[in-house]
Amino acid sequence: MNSTSTHFVPPRRVGIYEPLHQFGMWGETFKHNIGNGGDMNTPSHIIIPNNQKLDNNNLSEDTSQGTGGTPHMFDQEASTSKHPDKIQRRLAQNREAARKSRLRKKAYVQQLETSRLKLIHLEQELDRARQQGFYVGNGIDTNSLSFSEPMNPGIAAFEMEYGHWIQEQNKQICELRTVLQGQVSDVELRLLVENGMKHYFDLFRMKSAAAKADVFFVMSGMWRTSAERFFLWIGGFRPSDLLKVLLPHFDVMTDQQILDVCNLRQSCQQAEDALSQGMEKLQHTLADCVAGGRLGEGSYIPQVNSAMERLEALVSFVNQADHLRHETLQQMRRILTTRQAARGLLALGEYFQRLRALSSSWATRHRELT
Amino acid sequence: MDKVLRMSSEKGVVIFSKSSCCLSYAVQVLFQDLGVSPKIHEIDKDPECREIEKALMKLGCSKPVPAVFIGGKLVGSTNEINFSPHTEFARGISKNATKLSQSFK
Repeated sequence: MNSTSTHFVPPRRVGIYEPLHQFGMWGETFKHNIGNGGDMNTPSHIIIPNNQKLDNNNLSEDTSQGTGGTPHMFDQEASTSKHPDKIQRRLAQNREAARKSRLRKKAYVQQLETSRLKLIHLEQELDRARQQGFYVGNGIDTNSLSFSEPMNPGIAAFEMEYGHWIQEQNKQICELRTVLQGQVSDVELRLLVENGMKHYFDLFRMKSAAAKADVFFVMSGMWRTSAERFFLWIGGFRPSDLLKVLLPHFDVMTDQQILDVCNLRQSCQQAEDALSQGMEKLQHTLADCVAGGRLGEGSYIPQVNSAMERLEALVSFVNQADHLRHETLQQMRRILTTRQAARGLLALGEYFQRLRALSSSWATRHRELT
Repeated sequence: MDKVLRMSSEKGVVIFSKSSCCLSYAVQVLFQDLGVSPKIHEIDKDPECREIEKALMKLGCSKPVPAVFIGGKLVGSTNEINFSPHTEFARGISKNATKLSQSFK
């Protein structure tokens, strides 16, 4: 609390100024200068929110102190002896200006208070949404009023798109669930399946763009919930896991289907292993690259540069992994009937939904314990 | 170009790669898993590396490596074969490859 102005400020006002005193002074500083063309304020008032400003506003109530040290005082002194009515007029103007300034300050502070409450309310809603399993961007920290640092625009765009993707995904899963419980025409089911497949392919397209913007971001899986990250393989789900999730839900399969699925499983596993080994090699070569050179060279630029060249390969790996996921989904679609594919999509969607719910439950449980 | 065509027919399955390319390494591993032992040309160790790269791109590869030839014909890169778990295709490759590599012995 500003000590010099304590006895100038009526008690009833303390409540308003108290929480955002700092901001109040800033806002007032701007507004005072913007609003008063007729005053003799100098530009220096804009720069420093000092005690002097507060004193100026309370001129009408201040009878004892002329600590303002402002141009007002000097000007008035110069013409005091000759034009007493001018002084009166100036004082009246000052009173008026001060009154207006106080009103503006009050309005500004009230605006800030409302915004602050709104912000807290929004954060609470986000928290609630997160707990219910909806995707909430990781850039938003609901535990404090802090703002995260500005992100890569490509990544920011991706996170937003992914948020929408999740919402659309939840909608589709709901629809599939409802539709499969009742009677549905094959045509309608086929449409739902096509939409579901396309939705996944959209995600791979988004990830490809994001990988170009920041491949580490995609690789880290920061855009996913914690349980999903646990199962992460080169920036996404394991294609072999996908088959594991789907298979129990197909009641009746023809011999040909069983054979095809077996083969798909095998080639999927082989492709996965090959990519994993390629990734390992990339890690080894990158580590060798970064660790190379003589002792005590510090962050020697050539090593960093050659490491960066190698990192370009990481983008190709992420793209290949997504290509494998895409192909696996595509092949399953070909092997299965429309109804089976619909059940498969539902199973897959619910699997990831449960992983997201698991992440929230785990996070809440952790908080309750501490 | 001739050199590339010659090299690509040396064995049933020929892979053009670079020692620094980890994706090419993954392709090699995949073929080995399929039971095929392909002939690997690390073009960065070849003095005519740039020409080979250009020739491969001319033949239709978007990236010079990895480039896979089966039976002397360019099949493609990673997308076309290796990470497409297209069952018949993958099995077809391994069948053809073993047959061809045997015939070339």
